[in-house]
Amino acid sequence: MAIFSVYVVNKAGGLIYQLDSYAPRAEAEKTFSYPLDLLLKLHDERVLVAFGQRDGIRVGHAVLAINGKDVNGKYTADGKEGSSGIEMLETDTFKLHCFQTLTGIKFVVLADPRQAGIDSLLRKIYEIYSDFALKNPFYSLEMPIRCELFDQNLKLALEVAEKAGTFGPGS
Amino acid sequence: MSRQANRGTESKKMSSELFTLTYGALVTQLCKDYENDEDVNKQLDKMGYNIGVRLIEDFLARSNVGKCHDFRETADVIAKVAFKMYLGITPSITNWSPAGDEFSLILENNPLVDFVELPDNHSSLIYSNLLCGVLRGALEMVQMAVEAKFVQDTLKGDGVTEIRMRFIRRIEDNLPVGEE
Repeated sequence: MAIFSVYVVNKAGGLIYQLDSYAPRAEAEKTFSYPLDLLLKLHDERVLVAFGQRDGIRVGHAVLAINGKDVNGKYTADGKEGSSGIEMLETDTFKLHCFQTLTGIKFVVLADPRQAGIDSLLRKIYEIYSDFALKNPFYSLEMPIRCELFDQNLKLALEVAEKAGTFGPGS
Repeated sequence: MSRQANRGTESKKMSSELFTLTYGALVTQLCKDYENDEDVNKQLDKMGYNIGVRLIEDFLARSNVGKCHDFRETADVIAKVAFKMYLGITPSITNWSPAGDEFSLILENNPLVDFVELPDNHSSLIYSNLLCGVLRGALEMVQMAVEAKFVQDTLKGDGVTEIRMRFIRRIEDNLPVGEE
């Protein structure tokens, strides 16, 4: 899957939803000496290095900080650091996109750098949030989102976006 | 009433009669529960507020309007986009105060009050007070504290329904990033 994670952050800065689906990807050929310091996973009858796993730890730190913690050569899309909030963070292993609504909710998506159509995916996630989280009368605003329908529809939207967007080597 | 066309493959239509009946059942039940018109008005406002804080996200997600730069823009968006989207009516905006912080929404017809007549023993009931709560809740989520109240009501014999909107202040706590 080319979309690694989706996070939803409320107005106060608390994480109210998290979806991680790291893709094992073989991007480069390297020789290792035993013992390995990378995690190997058997996936689809191929042995792949779960690079995502390692970056995942760093990714996790960066997102939780959201105040510009350094992640191997970062720069914001508009060249200035944190002037109007992070909109896009690019590294060589992933791209982080952030969409902030006028009400202060932030949708953060981590994806493969080659994945296209993330902007429309962010809008779609906003619609899914306004439908399945907000229209559920038992969901309280600003609280963690524990709505099945939200999960299901979000995963569906991610699948659609991946099929439509990426033209790089599939997993 | 129907949902927007970009909602998905199915367009859900619900009869507006069912909506009017549902709202009516709500108000009459509140009247039975609270017995006092003022309390009912307060409850309707609270319920409207809860709807408003959720509806705003749906509105922003579907309508793609950008940030409003002043209260006049806000008024335009409310009347021409929001009311149209949710109630199918376009109220007119009039009676701007000299300072530009108050205006009136004139509703020629109000879908909530189709077929409704107010009896004499409920003369101080603001039947459509839910709408005021919705406006208040929705605008609060985009950092505007406003007051909305009915100043004319066709149910009480006036020619039109008029909602007076007053801008109180900008809400400064919990601002989204980049808005200081």
